[in-house]
Amino acid sequence: MSHRGSRVLKVASLARVEGEGALHLRVDGDVVREARLSIYEPPRFFEAFLRGRAYTEPPDITARVCGICPVAYQMSACAAIEDACGVTVDRPLRELRRLLYCGEWIESHALHIHLLHAPDFFGCAGAVDLARTQRAAVERGLRLKQAGNAVLDLLGGRAVHPVNVRIGGFYRTPAPFELRPLAERLRRAADDARETVRWAAGFDFPDASVDADFLALAAPGTYAVEEGTPTALRPDGARTAFPVRAFLDHVREEQVPHSTALHARLDGRRHLTGPLARFAISGHALSPTALEAAREAGLATPGQDSVCRNPYRSVLVRAVEVVYAVEEALRIIDAYEPPPRPYVPVPPAEGTGHGATEAPRGLLYHRYRLDGEGTVTDVRLVPPTAQNQGAIEDDLRRAAQSALAGQALSDDGLTHLCERVIRNHDPCISCSAHFLDLTIDRTRHQGRGPCPTARTS
Amino acid sequence: MSAPKLAVFKLASCDGCQLTLLDCEDELLTLAGQVEIAHFLEASSAVEPGPYDLSLVEGSITTPADAARIREIRAQSRRLVTIGACATAGGIQALRDFADVEEFRRTVYARPEYVDTLATSTPVSAHVDVDFELRGCPIDRGRLLEVITAHLAGRKPDVPDHSVCFECKRRGTVCVTVAHGTPCLGPVTHAGCGAICPAYGRGCYGCFGPSGSVNLPALIPLLRRDGMDERDTERFLRTFNATAFAAEQSKHTGNGEHTESREHRS
Repeated sequence: MSHRGSRVLKVASLARVEGEGALHLRVDGDVVREARLSIYEPPRFFEAFLRGRAYTEPPDITARVCGICPVAYQMSACAAIEDACGVTVDRPLRELRRLLYCGEWIESHALHIHLLHAPDFFGCAGAVDLARTQRAAVERGLRLKQAGNAVLDLLGGRAVHPVNVRIGGFYRTPAPFELRPLAERLRRAADDARETVRWAAGFDFPDASVDADFLALAAPGTYAVEEGTPTALRPDGARTAFPVRAFLDHVREEQVPHSTALHARLDGRRHLTGPLARFAISGHALSPTALEAAREAGLATPGQDSVCRNPYRSVLVRAVEVVYAVEEALRIIDAYEPPPRPYVPVPPAEGTGHGATEAPRGLLYHRYRLDGEGTVTDVRLVPPTAQNQGAIEDDLRRAAQSALAGQALSDDGLTHLCERVIRNHDPCISCSAHFLDLTIDRTRHQGRGPCPTARTS
Repeated sequence: MSAPKLAVFKLASCDGCQLTLLDCEDELLTLAGQVEIAHFLEASSAVEPGPYDLSLVEGSITTPADAARIREIRAQSRRLVTIGACATAGGIQALRDFADVEEFRRTVYARPEYVDTLATSTPVSAHVDVDFELRGCPIDRGRLLEVITAHLAGRKPDVPDHSVCFECKRRGTVCVTVAHGTPCLGPVTHAGCGAICPAYGRGCYGCFGPSGSVNLPALIPLLRRDGMDERDTERFLRTFNATAFAAEQSKHTGNGEHTESREHRS
């Protein structure tokens, strides 16, 4: 088909992303007029039905926003509610939370790297297809994923929607002997994780660059996961930080011109959270092993002038983060002594609390208002994918534009390219949908029968 | 004979139950050799047209489009199995059933007119015939494999509907209610998780929904004794399987509980 004239590309159902989304591209001649990541995940109204619940319930309830990153929701909820009640959790319990979170990073990243993202680099439809030529790599990915799940199973009770997290800490903390078999498994995972970095380093990465501001948590002396200060890094190198309680003063939903969609913006600018942002902002605080792996993979040394802004290379950063998360998990287990109490008592208090943690796919913010009896009266959840949507769409626009300027590309080719651009960011659409704008395009729903295909029209 | 076709579909949900299929790390590649994974968007962009031999459906019906879609899925599926509390009982999002969904819509969305939603979140069985319902928020890995294996072997899945208490006893866990006075929904909750919560020192919170025979009039006084007032009790029963437990409650309150609560709240 010719490039001339107008065409509209639609992919009715995006594959290998979490949740349900579609993309919409409007091309006029050689100019991309519009690139839209549409979310038709049905709304579930978490912020509404959380009102009237007890202040102890949000960790269990908000976990159900996302089955891929329930720990992130539990951790941000705990942080925000403990903040509202003016309670600080003991250091050993915070370390155990970090261990649980490492489990989720390992599981979620191993899933994305091997099962969702890697097939794009081999022209495969999915992991089963990929296993025909890359069986060892897929098996290694499943082993790594299983190691992450083993952490979640032991410390959380189960991998999806763990039951052992409560406000103030845990219901039960493990005895040291229970952690020993886990450590054995993680030591094997450490080798697998290094091997995955080497494997991913051999992928063929197209040239691309995101120009959005980066936003990630930063914490002194460590790679921020379960706590930290929101920190922004602009493309010109300017670095600013603000307290978690000021999050909604900086990250706001704004109306985008020529569109009905609302996007979250950081101080009025497009921003991106997730692995690229974390690596640029906190990469210097990675362990020597993880930094060595990053160097081997050809990632720019963090803290130097060059910052990796190529979204295709985010797979490398995820792989390096797995190396780090496995090592961190082992460090915490090796230093573990059972805390004096499994949780810190958190009496209810009237007030507002803010919490932010690093979900595998980016910064996740929660805010709760409580009355004096501990009833939740108001909730705001700002998930990473909602924040990233503007940057993803900008990426789409740029990728489609440069593809059109180059060689002739069929609609199928262009569609495939756009899907790859979206998967680079590991979007979790189940998360974003409960608060994001939805533009329901009725024609798109017709493509959602039992057998929708990626197609162009 | 060609391999049976397996399909996985998602409605309103968190993705956790379909992730459970990918969490079968030891079995996944073997399974892919036994069945043709013909439709599983979370895992593959290759989509084969129906009909499908076994369709696993995650999520509840919350939009007019999904109400139509589940009928198409049913028409394309020889066996249809719901996976998880959303598809089987409406899920956490069914809390809207006890409230004013218009007010919910205005609370969460800046431009509520763009959001297409129904006033209720209903299970798949409210719309089409379902061959088997696998409970849990989320479902259990082992039970999911049992359902798929049973289908391949042409037998009924071995998933008993007794309460969590049975699993607790089998696991050798001390009863948290008897020993510590911890409120626990284990006696009325469907087994299948392996009684995880009591093993971690907390009461069961009912994420697998009601068991085969539920005696709420016997349980509620125990919850009261252990410090839960009426509001706590209502919240305890109304989380991830709210409508299923509400139906159990209404059996004992002359069918009025659900409706009264709705009027009271809206």
